[in-house]
Amino acid sequence: MHFEQLKFAALWIMATSLAGVLSAPAQADEFTQADLNRWQEQYAKVVKDGRELWTSSKLGSNGVACVQCHPNAADTHPETYPKFQKQLGKVAPIWEMINWCIQNPLEGKALAADDYKMIALQAYITEERRGVKLAPGKH
Amino acid sequence: MSKSINRRDFLKGAGVLAVAGALPVSMVELAFADSAQNFSFAYISDAHLQQIKGAKFVNNWDRGLIRAVAEANLLTPKPDFIVFGGDLAQLGKKAELDHGAEILSALRSNKVYHVMGEHDYYLDLGQYWEKLFGPQFYSFDHKGVHFVVLNSILTYDDWTYKRWPTAEQRMLEMADLDNPNGSPFMVGDKQRDWLKTDLEKINKATPIVVISHSPLQKIYKNWNFWTDDAEQVQALLRPFNKVTVLYGHVHQIQYNQIGNISFNSVMSTAWPWPYPSTYAQAEQYLPKLTVPMNRADPFFERDATGWQFINLSNGNVDMHYDLFSNTNRTVAFNTKTGEPEDTVFQSPDKHIPPQTQY
Repeated sequence: MHFEQLKFAALWIMATSLAGVLSAPAQADEFTQADLNRWQEQYAKVVKDGRELWTSSKLGSNGVACVQCHPNAADTHPETYPKFQKQLGKVAPIWEMINWCIQNPLEGKALAADDYKMIALQAYITEERRGVKLAPGKH
Repeated sequence: MSKSINRRDFLKGAGVLAVAGALPVSMVELAFADSAQNFSFAYISDAHLQQIKGAKFVNNWDRGLIRAVAEANLLTPKPDFIVFGGDLAQLGKKAELDHGAEILSALRSNKVYHVMGEHDYYLDLGQYWEKLFGPQFYSFDHKGVHFVVLNSILTYDDWTYKRWPTAEQRMLEMADLDNPNGSPFMVGDKQRDWLKTDLEKINKATPIVVISHSPLQKIYKNWNFWTDDAEQVQALLRPFNKVTVLYGHVHQIQYNQIGNISFNSVMSTAWPWPYPSTYAQAEQYLPKLTVPMNRADPFFERDATGWQFINLSNGNVDMHYDLFSNTNRTVAFNTKTGEPEDTVFQSPDKHIPPQTQY
């Protein structure tokens, strides 16, 4: 290809992609109050689902619910994770402790780390703990 | 009761109970100058027996109550009676109450006094419970002490009778401690009138022990660590020299002194509860006096349950907590300050890291 042709082609590509950007809806650095509201709603929905799981007699197999020992998710300390979990003998993230509770007092099956239920449970716990300073590693 | 005991008749007894092991029951000793009058009683509470299906129940909670019963049977000297402090069932079902009654029937005791808990009540409003255990509130006298048992877990009539389409839903709404659809506990006008009449005939020097399920003081409303008409009940108790309120419901160590009234909680046989101060969004009033129990280790099913015996010498309570896999605690009435105090941990510089609740 001749150099001039190449230069033209490059300019053409730049021009069309720029046009694409300008004609697309606002992206990374631009969002509106409506976006913020929508994202908050999405978050609130997951927290709500988490609360439902927290109080559900169906999360495990024996009818026991998380809320029986942890009203308002108290005594779960999400701000302290990851930390050395002395009973596990290693540094653990909070979802491993949630699974421990599901498997033992609830006599249920462990959830995958990225299971929607696990995400919802963590969202609920963290929401109830809002405002508390992060303290990773604290026992 | 034929005879009132003057508080000077109260003397600390020589024989303090020595019980081996950590028992999830509360041992109560009332010591008198006349050793023939000495007596003790055991206090078991908050078993929360939970039916899974048919004859299957949650094993964890069963084990707590079975153990308490077995160990209460080993107490020497044999307690005069047992108190069961309420929440025998989880959802008030006949099957759960029957299951509990069967486990409790192994108690080698002449008498078990029962207290109504919300988990026993809100399915059929205590009907089946009454059939098994008797009236929902009553008083009795035992060797110079006047005992009153109240049903303190009642609530507003609108909530109880009008709000819920089914009894099952009503029970479920009250069962979750933190449910915003719940309703504050109360003793209510009817029982307070009864209590007033009941206490009129009692000598003001007679020691009074009031037993309720919820604390007859206000700590945290949303979890019902609370009784809505607590002040009105306290007012009825004020004319007496020595009053002790013993309560369950909270599944944790609490103690307090309000005027002449000492408050002491008892442990659950099933599971411990967090202190309300650990709920970051809550405004709560845990008595400043209370040095908390150690944070529970969930990997030990019976951790943060325990037993205590109570020495009621001179009409004041000395509470000895023997805690499963934790350091024992003694909360004794300090006659100088007029308050119950932990004999080791009361001073802030004596607190240990596991007592930090957050």
